[in-house]
Amino acid sequence: MSAAAAPGTSKGAHSDVTGRRKKGPGALATAYLVIYNVVMTAGWLVIAVGLVRAYLARGSYHGLYYSIEKPLKFFQTGAVLEILHCAVGIVPSSVVLTGFQVMSRVFLTWAVTHSVKEVQSEDSVLLFVTAWTVTEIIRYSFYTFSLLNHLPYLIKWARYTFFFVLYPMGVTGELLTIYAALPHAQKTGLYSVTLPNKYNFSFDYHSFLIIVMVSYIPLFPQLYFHMIRQRKKVLGHTEDYSKVE
Amino acid sequence: RSPVVFFEVEILDAKTKDKLCFLDKVRVNLFPYPQWYPARQSIRLDPKGKSLKDEDVLQHLPVGTTATFYFRDLGSQISWVTVFLTEYTGPLVIYLMFYFRVPFIYAPKYDFTTSKHWVVHLACMCHSFHYMKRLLETLFVHRFSHGTMPLRNIFKNCTYYWGFAAWMAYYINHPLYTPPIYGEQQIRLALILFLFCQIGNFSIHIALRNLRPPGSKTRKIPYPTKNPFTWIFLLVSCPNYTYELGSWLGFTLMTQCLPVAFFTLVGFIQMTVWAKGKHRSYLKEFRDYPPLRSPILPFIL
Repeated sequence: MSAAAAPGTSKGAHSDVTGRRKKGPGALATAYLVIYNVVMTAGWLVIAVGLVRAYLARGSYHGLYYSIEKPLKFFQTGAVLEILHCAVGIVPSSVVLTGFQVMSRVFLTWAVTHSVKEVQSEDSVLLFVTAWTVTEIIRYSFYTFSLLNHLPYLIKWARYTFFFVLYPMGVTGELLTIYAALPHAQKTGLYSVTLPNKYNFSFDYHSFLIIVMVSYIPLFPQLYFHMIRQRKKVLGHTEDYSKVE
Repeated sequence: RSPVVFFEVEILDAKTKDKLCFLDKVRVNLFPYPQWYPARQSIRLDPKGKSLKDEDVLQHLPVGTTATFYFRDLGSQISWVTVFLTEYTGPLVIYLMFYFRVPFIYAPKYDFTTSKHWVVHLACMCHSFHYMKRLLETLFVHRFSHGTMPLRNIFKNCTYYWGFAAWMAYYINHPLYTPPIYGEQQIRLALILFLFCQIGNFSIHIALRNLRPPGSKTRKIPYPTKNPFTWIFLLVSCPNYTYELGSWLGFTLMTQCLPVAFFTLVGFIQMTVWAKGKHRSYLKEFRDYPPLRSPILPFIL
């Protein structure tokens, strides 16, 4: 690539981030977002209730995934809309960050748990599903109340406190599940492409899963400490409700 | 405490020896922080504002008789030339390592063997030519607006160039490489496209260099010259990127390799971002900027 002054890389091009406050969503967008967040809260409540009922009916933790498989897939995949919300601008978060978070959830739901049937009866699946369920119920009700400008302190406190346990719990469940999927992915050559082929390309899903597991090492601490910093900022003051994540 | 030393400075015309200017009370070491060398200094009128340029004149700035400036450290800097030379030498060397099948890349029985497909040799020549051209242009053709960039950029840029070069080279030079479906026809067309765009890209670099006298940082609107490869300036603001895209499309077609297609796509996205930025700044700076031009693809983008 030739000698263009790539923006933001040298002296003259430092971007000018003065106190430009992003305007909130309009009335129509707010109404839509309220509906979206209410629906998502309800959805994850359905999953929570499903888990409890199944546990009471069976009397054990084993295999509870099957009782909530469909609503889990539906509502977790639905979260992809949140990327769109950021892209369109009705939610003030970063598209890249939201995209990354949502896609990692979708990846675990479809490309690991759904695709490798042998892991579906693992207890690690219950571990991350439980973490996700509690987190999302709190998160979506937080957004709902924030949009209505009537956020109970309890919900705000819960959102910025429960993560201390829920994050590590979810990460543990996710990593154990991916680890459990490894031998099956390797044996069946799942989602893998080998040479020779006319596109001169190869992909080893088993190795890819290992790389994903390793990537948790730099990424998880960053996300965790980001939440801790956010907690200090949010629970330290009581004014700014519109700052989400 | 050592006394402050003042100098008197006289500037004379080299030819006529006329006294051009006399500076009274010039203090040495005005900025007592030698670790913050000029390249990493950002001086601005407002703490959150844009950096002043080296060429800005004190009298033309909106300041009173006592001017207050805000300093910002831009972090360790590295020269553009150094970055370019490093990021381009990597792919050149790395590709050749795969081409010559250096040990520990492919199965041991293939060490130091050569591919039986002639397109693989052609691809190596094209890839190497491309990066040698870039190195020579960095040394002899380009005139850089900014001398330096932040140091961390060299790690980011080298990861990108070196990583992709290794990824592409691995497949093209692989013992199990599959040559293009349409054989010689496809390869010939691809080579023509590649060479055409390499010449085009070079022509644009020369044209841009000639816009700017040596040592100056003036900016002018580029126009088509006698060289037909520059006539694309009629339709596009950054034809160097257009030709670059064309070169890599040619290389993709020549090698029929998906990683090359990915590299072309990612490069295209980045160049489009740069082209749009450049196009916007042309429009902002020049009232009479030709309206027919698009940033990178004629009429489209």
